[in-house]
Amino acid sequence: MNRNRRLLRKLTNGASLALSAVATAIGLTCLAAILWTLFKSGFSALSASVFTQMTPPPGSMGGLLNAIYGSLAMTVIGMLLGAPIGILAGTYLAEYGRDSRLAVVIRFINDVLLSAPSIIVGLFIYEIVVVPMGHFSAIAGALALAVIAIPVTVRTTEDMLRLVPQGMKDASTALGAYPWRTTVSVIYPAARSGVVTGLLLAVARVSGETAPLLFTALNNQFWSTKLSAPIANLPVVIYQFAQSPYEEWQRLAWVGALLITLAILVLSVTARVLIAALQPQARAP
Amino acid sequence: MVRGMDQANFGGIASAHVRRQRLGERLFGGATRVAAVLVLAILGGVTIALLKGAWPALSQFKLGFLTREVWNPVTNQFGALAAVYGTLITSFIAMLIAIPISFGIAVFLTELSPRWLKRPVGVAIELLAAVPSIIFGIWGLFVLAPILQTSVQPWLIHHFSHLPGLGALFRGPPFGIGILTAALVLAIMVLPFISSVMRDVFETVPDVLKESAYGLGATTWEVVWNVVLPYSRTGVVGGIMLGLGRALGETMAVTFVIGNAHRISSSLLAPGTTISASIANEFTEAVGDLYTSSLIALGVILFLITFAVIAAARFMLMRLDRRALSSV
Repeated sequence: MNRNRRLLRKLTNGASLALSAVATAIGLTCLAAILWTLFKSGFSALSASVFTQMTPPPGSMGGLLNAIYGSLAMTVIGMLLGAPIGILAGTYLAEYGRDSRLAVVIRFINDVLLSAPSIIVGLFIYEIVVVPMGHFSAIAGALALAVIAIPVTVRTTEDMLRLVPQGMKDASTALGAYPWRTTVSVIYPAARSGVVTGLLLAVARVSGETAPLLFTALNNQFWSTKLSAPIANLPVVIYQFAQSPYEEWQRLAWVGALLITLAILVLSVTARVLIAALQPQARAP
Repeated sequence: MVRGMDQANFGGIASAHVRRQRLGERLFGGATRVAAVLVLAILGGVTIALLKGAWPALSQFKLGFLTREVWNPVTNQFGALAAVYGTLITSFIAMLIAIPISFGIAVFLTELSPRWLKRPVGVAIELLAAVPSIIFGIWGLFVLAPILQTSVQPWLIHHFSHLPGLGALFRGPPFGIGILTAALVLAIMVLPFISSVMRDVFETVPDVLKESAYGLGATTWEVVWNVVLPYSRTGVVGGIMLGLGRALGETMAVTFVIGNAHRISSSLLAPGTTISASIANEFTEAVGDLYTSSLIALGVILFLITFAVIAAARFMLMRLDRRALSSV
């Protein structure tokens, strides 16, 4: 009786731990399968013309130059708009608001926005920018990306500023510095690489976003640098080309997917290395 | 402290310095506060803008919008039921698949894995979270759907479709794309989110608790089930809800493989739609104010559902140390 019970416990233990190893194997297999398909289909279609030619009309060869440019431009503008707001709001939470009721509410709302569906952000920008302007535009796309970048930046900035030792802040205050001076001259330099890491992660998050660009920037088959006009961008090109019946378009979609994923993986790995160097126990979002 | 300095009288030169510092304080402190309040304003703005955009549809269809399955742009009749059903059912199946696997991964990473394997596996799972959702979408369309269509779905139909009751879930032709495919892609997508939260909350369990259980002769599994899980219950549920929030609102991964059919089928193999897939598929092609407005009204419903789920998740995770939970 007793021995049976012990055997049963041992078996349960062995089975459940084996299953957990299987679960891990399933997770890793999914990652490997996705990356394998992506690299195989992406690299086989990768050529110099991808970087020198525009997106083609149906059924002919071409490249992704205008889409790459559009994605870069919107990401840069989106970050230029979003990063200062995110950093300042993060500074407020870490240095000014701290545990005040306003700060607690903002922190909570920011965390909710961090996981909110990005398609909602697209609808929001559509209503407040695209409808008044009367047409889709690059600036609307950049604004949508900024709205997505802000919560990520707020969160990482606050976390990184809080890592700065209290002693450094006290020393600055003891010298008679006002809080703003302490923040700008002591805390920011001390937390610089952490904040930069947060920005890298925000760029990584933003550059794969597709849904909010569908009805803000839309797409443009031609070269365009006008902020007030629709602009081509990699995610929407991937979306449209992958669903098309044309093989050339599908091949370009895979190349675009490869470029985005490589960029994001490089960004996240860089951020991870920076964070690991910064603080052993902190992990990247 | 600031006030003390303001009141001090340092004489002419110092007071010019103090004035400058006070101005800087007011400007900088004010700027941070404005930026912080802007985060609230975004949420407020989203709510107002969506309600305004959805108003024509909501005032036309009233509450019937929620309960009607019809979605006909030609006759201008719109109801959200099929999309809401699709959103809920795909997320539900995705969670059924993702929760046990995520739990297994978290157990493996915290209790089972040798030290040298822990970090690489953990990083690999986190990289899966970094892959943009559109990649999952095209992978689902070009790789997963054909596999399901040629082997998995015929097998399911062959073996399960004659069963009474449950069999209805597996009837109909194998399209490849449909509810089940979307749910599978969603499951793979949310898996890294749930497992990294679970791992993080498992790691908050004090070693002393686990060691006492081991000392009493408990097996690893018994420690996980009877000590670690009860201790970290709130965090685990929070992580699951966070994953659910992702699944409900996910757009690109679903849009490619759901089939975009506004109807409710009993079969999981049939094409369907979700709220986000409908918006992504139809928004730029929607002609007429009522059509656009109905799509935005779908967005309002999605916003309400996900907001409730995510807020609940964040509330549960709030009590835990933020630093221990930075991976989400």
